Amino acid sequence: MEKLSTDQLKNVCSQVRRDIVRMVHGCQSGHPGASLGCTEFFVTLYFHQMKHNKDFNLDGIGEDLFFLSNGHISPVWYSVLSRSGYFDSKELYTFRKIDSRLQGHPATEENLPGVRIASGSLGQGLSVAIGAALAKKLNNDDRTVYVLMGDGEQQEGQIWEAAMSAPHHKVDNLIASIDVNGQQIDGPTKEVMDLRDLKSKWEAFGWEVIVTENGNDIHQVIAALDKAKGLLGNGKPVLNLLHTDMGYGVDFMVGTHKWHGIAPNDEQLEKALSQLEETLGDY
Amino acid sequence: MEKTLDTKFTYTEKKDTRSGFGDGFLEVGRKNKNVVGLCADLIGSLKMGAFQKEFPERFFQVGIAEANMMGMAAGLTIGGKIPYTGTFANFSTGRVYDQIRQSIAYSGKNVKICASHAGLTLGEDGATHQILEDMGMMKMLPHMTVINPCDYNQTKAATIAIADYEGPVYLRFGRPNWPIFTPKDQKFEIGKAWKMIEGKDVTIFATGHLVWEAVVAEAILREEGISAELINIHTIKPLDKEAILDSVSKTGCCVSAEEHQINGGLGDSIAQTLATQYPAPLEYVGVNDSFGESGKPTELLEKYGLNAANIVKAAKKAISRK
Repeated sequence: MEKLSTDQLKNVCSQVRRDIVRMVHGCQSGHPGASLGCTEFFVTLYFHQMKHNKDFNLDGIGEDLFFLSNGHISPVWYSVLSRSGYFDSKELYTFRKIDSRLQGHPATEENLPGVRIASGSLGQGLSVAIGAALAKKLNNDDRTVYVLMGDGEQQEGQIWEAAMSAPHHKVDNLIASIDVNGQQIDGPTKEVMDLRDLKSKWEAFGWEVIVTENGNDIHQVIAALDKAKGLLGNGKPVLNLLHTDMGYGVDFMVGTHKWHGIAPNDEQLEKALSQLEETLGDY
Repeated sequence: MEKTLDTKFTYTEKKDTRSGFGDGFLEVGRKNKNVVGLCADLIGSLKMGAFQKEFPERFFQVGIAEANMMGMAAGLTIGGKIPYTGTFANFSTGRVYDQIRQSIAYSGKNVKICASHAGLTLGEDGATHQILEDMGMMKMLPHMTVINPCDYNQTKAATIAIADYEGPVYLRFGRPNWPIFTPKDQKFEIGKAWKMIEGKDVTIFATGHLVWEAVVAEAILREEGISAELINIHTIKPLDKEAILDSVSKTGCCVSAEEHQINGGLGDSIAQTLATQYPAPLEYVGVNDSFGESGKPTELLEKYGLNAANIVKAAKKAISRK
């Protein structure tokens, strides 16, 4: 896929945000907050960073792979997959509805192109990404494996089992990102279960750690992912602390856990859409 | 007791089924370069050392971290690998049920979950390690195949066969030395029950270590003039319903025998088949809603009602209910 310019990427982001709020509104459920916050990251990955093939092949030999561990932010992923050609964006209308391939949390059961494993029960994606990265090494496939986790998800024990194992097995073809938005369902992560110094923790586990100070600035996201890529191949996995604002792009959703998992009503939808330019045509 | 009995199957050697797994794992590793291994700090117990030595680049020691092991195994299938995970049955199921459910079963991943030290015959370690619910948990999962072979030879054959089957498999075996009474280099057909002994009065459906107990029970019953049919159900799921219905429609009653809780085990799968298609008396030989305890394998099988004598008793009761 041809790499887009930053202006083009910003246009895609605007449309993806429209898709997110419309999808969640359409079924009156789903998770808009972190989907909006991670839009720049997903758009950069799929339209700029990764080598990938929209003619989906589950094994992805010779391609970069992406895994979503915090599966509840499926709206942003589905939108980006469809906008980058994996399936018709009209199918976004079916999100969370009966007989849809777009399950509430990503799944492989309905063969949705772009999804390689189910996620939703938190804490599992990093382990999967490590396995897929090891398979690439065994296959002499030099492409990269990406995975995104949530910050609340860092409270799961399996994350730290995986964190310990990747440096041990020298999984240096892996870029893991954590969406650090400081929010989870019950409130700010600091109040629910303080994560403290994630950078020191991951460094202590043997990872190369980089920080994206503003994950909603497309220039910073590109620079961070380029930097991460440059650190690969040196015996260590790379962790990207991606600081984002939950709900970014819609003024009344920004920075609060209240929009983690609820849908806008008709009026709120209109208000949100008025802040987001339609750039690629609504589905 | 068994020495003086005229059993239809005999043995000259005893060996642990986990060694059948270890030897089969090495053999399938030589045959299929996509086979890889993962183990959670139990390489010696699972007999995975020979594979690790011969194929170090295809083997991953993951430490005492079973959840991560299951996730890594799921990830390794993406790119065509066939991962075999190794740990005790307890840590292969209950400890990682959610990882298996989401990342392996629901995702349809080609992972072979290889579980040793299942059941009471684990022995002295006691109830914390003697899982008796594992087959139930695994058979409830959509897409999961559940296999419980009976001796060294059958376990080795099953270990090799599952590499050629595309999809998640739970392979269960054990720790104690046990009679080797099935043929060497046998062909293992997933989902196909094996009629070991023909009979007409009662059918014994046995799985795992209790197949040998059922061989002994058949001989005891024969001495008393009762003709028992013995069917080895090595594949708990998918269940060979045809073999079950064929046999029970002839004998009119049956016994299930397994080293597992009665709740949710092989017997319950048979009961479901019979209740919906051919109602007939069924007696369960299994653990009756309790945990195990420390002891020697044969002592435990006796105390918890899982040996040949209990199968004989159950067979007579099933016949009396016809």
